[in-house]
Amino acid sequence: MLDFALKVSAVLFAIAILLNLYRVAIGPSLPDRILALDTMYVNSIALIVLFGIWLGHRTYFEAALLIAMLGFVSTVAVCKYLLRGDIIE
Amino acid sequence: MIALYTVMEGVIAFFLIAGSIFALIGSLGLTRMKDFYMRLHGPSKISTLGVGCILLASIAYFSLLDAGPSLQELLITIFLFITAPVSAHMLSKSALHQKLARDPRTRGNPQELQEDEEHSIEEAPQGDSKLP
Repeated sequence: MLDFALKVSAVLFAIAILLNLYRVAIGPSLPDRILALDTMYVNSIALIVLFGIWLGHRTYFEAALLIAMLGFVSTVAVCKYLLRGDIIE
Repeated sequence: MIALYTVMEGVIAFFLIAGSIFALIGSLGLTRMKDFYMRLHGPSKISTLGVGCILLASIAYFSLLDAGPSLQELLITIFLFITAPVSAHMLSKSALHQKLARDPRTRGNPQELQEDEEHSIEEAPQGDSKLP
């Protein structure tokens, strides 16, 4: 049962990431693309945690934590650049 | 003991499927909605909930595997739950700064998008200001 659930949820997350990639490609404005990239890193964290469950050990946990931190910082940095024209004033 | 493993496997499978369906709904909302202010709604809530379900499943799985509590995944959960509203706020501020067009069905009338109406109200003359 767990193997089947892992496969199904990995396929659903892959479809979700492809939808986000479609929005990154066609997004009419710049905040749309930033929002799609933000959603994409959140989904990729979930995909990495799924891979960790599938392998059965915690090697990839730190990678998920790193992606969470860097994704948040990069989203805020790009939004700050759009708002003020500069990141660190 | 075998019954415990079976029940926990069912719980983990339920959380995995529920989380992936939540994330798929959030990404579908990101793809299908009309303007940016609608599009911000789906991913910033549903996607965080989906990852939260996946991390709950991971906590349950590794707690069962190690026969003890494994709470490292709570770090990612707490971090995502703190940072998702902050990034959504920054995104909506940058969208209002760029004055993105909105769908007529989007409710609300923020000050940043209505600078033309204010001037028309201020320039309208008042007729009853006669001096005695």
